[in-house]
Amino acid sequence: MQEKMIEIKHLRKSYGNNEVLKDINFSVKKGDVTCIIGSSGSGKSTLLRCINLLETPFEGEILYKNQNVLEMKNISSYRAKVGMVFQNFNLFENMNVLKNCTIGLTKVLKEDKEQAKKESLYYLEKVGMLPYINARPRQLSGGQKQRVAIARALAMKPDVLLFDEPTSALDPQMVGEVLNVIKNLAKEGFTMIIVTHEMAFARDVSNHVVYMNNGIICEEGTPDEIFKNPKKEETKNFLERFINI
Amino acid sequence: MKALPDDFLGRIAFIIEKYGENLLKGAGTTLIIALVGTIIGCLIGFVVGVIQATPINKSDNIFKRIFLRIINIILTVYVEVFRGTPMMVQAMFIFYGSAILFNIHMDMWVAAYFIVSINTGAYMAETVRGGILSISEGQTEGAKAIGMTHVQTMVYVIIPQAIRNIMPQIGNNLIINIKDTCVLSCIGVVELFFVSKTVSGAYYTVFETYTITMVMYLCMTVFFSKLLRIIESKLNGPKDYSLSTTDTLAYTSGMLKYPKKEVV
Ligand SMILES: Nc1ncnc2c1ncn2[C@@H]1O[C@H](COP(=O)(O)OP(=O)(O)OP(=O)(O)O)[C@@H](O)[C@H]1O
Ligand SMILES: [Mg+2]
Repeated sequence: MQEKMIEIKHLRKSYGNNEVLKDINFSVKKGDVTCIIGSSGSGKSTLLRCINLLETPFEGEILYKNQNVLEMKNISSYRAKVGMVFQNFNLFENMNVLKNCTIGLTKVLKEDKEQAKKESLYYLEKVGMLPYINARPRQLSGGQKQRVAIARALAMKPDVLLFDEPTSALDPQMVGEVLNVIKNLAKEGFTMIIVTHEMAFARDVSNHVVYMNNGIICEEGTPDEIFKNPKKEETKNFLERFINI
Repeated sequence: MKALPDDFLGRIAFIIEKYGENLLKGAGTTLIIALVGTIIGCLIGFVVGVIQATPINKSDNIFKRIFLRIINIILTVYVEVFRGTPMMVQAMFIFYGSAILFNIHMDMWVAAYFIVSINTGAYMAETVRGGILSISEGQTEGAKAIGMTHVQTMVYVIIPQAIRNIMPQIGNNLIINIKDTCVLSCIGVVELFFVSKTVSGAYYTVFETYTITMVMYLCMTVFFSKLLRIIESKLNGPKDYSLSTTDTLAYTSGMLKYPKKEVV
């Protein structure tokens, strides 16, 4: 059996009296590409943000390689192992593209400058952003920014990559370039959890699909199970809205 | 002794010739107090502003929370007191007050630097706090997500951006300080205004002397506002970027093996 990378048990989260996550259970094995789909407000982002502790869960366990991360003393070093790519990129505005990638390597992983630069250039090449290393984030298009953000996350050599709607803030013509980068990562065997509204992409890239509705996992399974033969009414209704799949 | 000329320009020339050096020395004093005061004040402002902008988490332990609250109350009082009273009154209060009340005879220079710094600090604290809060939450999250600690996030990501945003305010404070050091003449600091008073009194040439003084103040403030503009545009980084060429491409091609994933 493959090793469990992330396991979530009875996770709950509320904002005030608004219960956003209600008893979430699921696990991700090494090499899994998990896509989380579901309508707006169903708690997908909240779940993802709980996994790298940008939000503190209310109850439950998050196990990373069988260790409960909610009991970890050093949250920062755990976060360094779990990369996150945001909808709004969140590139550091005060640094150029190269520095955006090297800063984590030099300051968090304490690598020396030359090594950090080499590695960063390697990952920037991987996402096709090598020519732009001197540019500032505000000088780039959305798709370019997102590719840099992916390189920044990759450079940390994380065990798991989390994507929260990586293409939702992009113009249609830039969506493809970012999805292609993610598809290549999937081929190389990266473990990823991706929240997305791109159903065709979810079907092609993942081996595990989770459909969330109103703070619970309504249905999960392989892409074929979810997209071809959904069992639950809610899943069917949700998927019907995406015609082209 | 030369007599005072009859015409306005002649009298100005006369004053410059006779007292130019004193006036320049006064201006030097003004500048040095304003500059040092602004720099120390900015440092104070940064420390206070950063502490005040630190969120108090419910998850922190009780002692840390109480400690932070007490510090915050002290800092709020500091900011309100020094922002809410005139610098001249503070100068009298601190310089003469400390002598009468505590029998501390503060050195005049120490008092001068202290008053300007502490005042600027109070203003800057609010500016810095605002500057930090104005940086979008996304920047903090991006930093946290790659494993930066709170301090690293502040030092490498938030404060550099905050500084850029509050540069105009720092400049503003320097300009204000260049002008407002004149209130220190009340505790006997021989700065430009003090010298001007003495000079104008010597020959009853108020209009002429203060014309020179006006020009001198204006030169200093204009010079520094221009200088700060230049620094600001430097902080913005280059307007264009050059696409990197084959050099860097060669640098990566084949030189670095794909880092192997750890097998655990
Ligand atoms: N900081 C917050 N404070 C209060 N309520 C919040 C907060 N963040 C999210 N919520 C609420 O939690 C619920 C789930 O939000 P979440 O962002 O996880 O949804 P989502 O599935 O990611 O939606 P979308 O597809 O629109 O991104 C929503 O009802 C939202 O209003
Ligand atoms: Mg969301």
